[in-house]
Amino acid sequence: MKLEILLGDEAVALGAIQAGLSAGYSYPGTPASEIMEYLIKAAARTKSFLASWAVNEKVAYEEALGVSFAGKRALVSMKHVGLNVAADPFMNSALTGANGGLVVVPADDPGMHSSQNEQDSRFYADFAKIPCFEPSNHQEAYEMTRQAFDVSERMGVPVMIRLVTRLSHSRSTVRPREPRGQNEIRPGASQDWTLLPVNARRRFRGILDAQADMVRLSEESEFNSLRLNEKDRSLGVVASGIAFNYVQENLGEAGNPPSLLKVCTYPLPRKLISRLVEHVETVLVVEEGYPLIERSLRGFFGVPGKTIKGKLSGDLPLTGELSPETVRPALGLKPLDRLDLGKFQLASRPPQLCAGCPHADTFHALNKALRGFGKGTVFSDIGCYTLGAYPPYQAVQTCVCMGASISMAKGGAEVGIRPSIAVIGDSTFGHSGLTPLLEAAAADTNMTVFILDNGTVAMTGGQPSYASGERLLKMIEGVGVAKEHIRVIEPLPKNLDKNALIIKEEIDHPGLSVIVAVRECLEEARKKRRSG
Amino acid sequence: MKQDIILAGVGGQGIISIAYVIASAALEEGLEVKQAEVHGMSQRGGAVQSHLRLSRARIWSDLIPLGEADLVLSVEPLEALRYVDYLRPDGMVITSRAPFLNIKDYPDVEMLLGKIGEIPHHLIIDSEKLAKEAGSSRTQNMVLLGAAAGSLMVREESLTRFIRVLFERHGENIVTVNLKAFALGQAVAAAAGFVPGSGGKTGK
Repeated sequence: MKLEILLGDEAVALGAIQAGLSAGYSYPGTPASEIMEYLIKAAARTKSFLASWAVNEKVAYEEALGVSFAGKRALVSMKHVGLNVAADPFMNSALTGANGGLVVVPADDPGMHSSQNEQDSRFYADFAKIPCFEPSNHQEAYEMTRQAFDVSERMGVPVMIRLVTRLSHSRSTVRPREPRGQNEIRPGASQDWTLLPVNARRRFRGILDAQADMVRLSEESEFNSLRLNEKDRSLGVVASGIAFNYVQENLGEAGNPPSLLKVCTYPLPRKLISRLVEHVETVLVVEEGYPLIERSLRGFFGVPGKTIKGKLSGDLPLTGELSPETVRPALGLKPLDRLDLGKFQLASRPPQLCAGCPHADTFHALNKALRGFGKGTVFSDIGCYTLGAYPPYQAVQTCVCMGASISMAKGGAEVGIRPSIAVIGDSTFGHSGLTPLLEAAAADTNMTVFILDNGTVAMTGGQPSYASGERLLKMIEGVGVAKEHIRVIEPLPKNLDKNALIIKEEIDHPGLSVIVAVRECLEEARKKRRSG
Repeated sequence: MKQDIILAGVGGQGIISIAYVIASAALEEGLEVKQAEVHGMSQRGGAVQSHLRLSRARIWSDLIPLGEADLVLSVEPLEALRYVDYLRPDGMVITSRAPFLNIKDYPDVEMLLGKIGEIPHHLIIDSEKLAKEAGSSRTQNMVLLGAAAGSLMVREESLTRFIRVLFERHGENIVTVNLKAFALGQAVAAAAGFVPGSGGKTGK
């Protein structure tokens, strides 16, 4: 078949489609969004499978689990922190097992390019005791996804594909293979899928018993490879995923390359690793993310007679993403010569709200309204409006996780923060804001919630939002917020004074208020104009 | 033979379009291609960059190592300087002289251009003026691509073909404006006597 140039995310999506996918679900989040973007476009073209944005990652995971229960193949993707949201169904799906192939694809963000942490999803696979593939390039992302569906159906467990930003958002070529068809409906057995203690104990035993098979699969995987240097036994390198590329990039010029083991499957292939460790004096472990392989190798007491190097030993950085430069000194190589302009400082250019963004008008009005009050707190959330933390607004003081603005504002208000204000976007509200608002409404907490309804998931490229427009207003009313304290404003420069006054009134109200700031995202409006 | 290019600019300036055109041309010419880009938060008016690697041999890293880049191609002078660390000692910079002013502490432009002038192989072009001349101030990216075209290891005809593919869906007028911007960039590089081919290097 024809060679295609694809993002790493898209290679996974294409692999899933050609493995006979019946349905894919996801919630937008960098760097995973392009998996679902690709699936949705392909589904619209072929009309042969379903691809859909979910209201959050937990719902996405459960929808995929329902598809797997039905005997059909499902893919669920999310950014790494999205797997925290889906952790409940994820952990339990290891016990229900998969009926139709179930593949979960978290995309990690080492270096935190667009995230609030750099957690390593391989630990989740280890925690749930399911197999995990970690592609090092685009062709592998495609092949591993296809194989993940096979493994999932053969072993009856969900399988993880772990991506990282630099693969998700890098383009390269993929040669696809012949696609295969979908499964017929064949629902799962209720004694396996009903996790009452009596069933769950048996199922847990089952996945423990399957570990040896998973390790064997890893030992035999074509994605792992070992090259031993018979003459020089001083150094051996274990490299996984894209870290393998950084090692190879640097070894390109080395005349006497160290022994090298590429590991891209989990649970770890113990025998393969021991063949390398026995062969060399010093083992360097190079992996993107937290030191999972290094920790497994080192244990509490190390390997007698061997030196283990990596992130824990300080030979590689424990934080941030790897790069050819960070790996180079660990391999004992000198930095490359480069153009030298001497030392100079450059002003940084952090991301910022677009000129004319409705959020900017909301923040100006909020800041103006707050001038008459003492030192309160504006709890913010995940979205473009988090950029309100930067000058010139400096309007928000927190950003933690999806939905936390409302829950934290409630907690803060309950111990005396005045005014206690939450700022959340429409899609984030649909994701995780509704439940804390239900609580705040029941308690009539003295706080003010802003829902910034721009009608889209803007930060990740304009995916559809469930909790927008009329439905959003009905939701707010439906959880029991007093109608007279649900205020709608239009954030525009000309409305600054009027909006600030409304905000002030609602902050003065000693109970719960919700202010909905309604104005379409500029970028989305522009896109609509362009496509006519 | 290989060529490592850092594309730089500010979110929204069309870096990914430049990358698309070069990468597609390279793929068509049978080269290996890897192109790392930035999505998500940093796209919003922040500094953006793309690592574009072309080679006749296998490419390992998605990121260009510091000291390996042959070319920094930038739509903005401050952003051009941000990535000079990636250049090999004889690497080159092709940049617009037009600052994108969206930060308070933007440095003195003449100082920036002077610093870029210290790089042995550099070309500073007035892409803002040329883009307007082509018919749209939004075509600065294609002016820059044109200025670099003679130095790239892909054929200039392949580039123009994929400019056409990229803008086709926006109508013939947009295609023409972008092709004109590309041609104006080419002409400026030629008039400046900028030596084509100094970017590509053999070996590896």
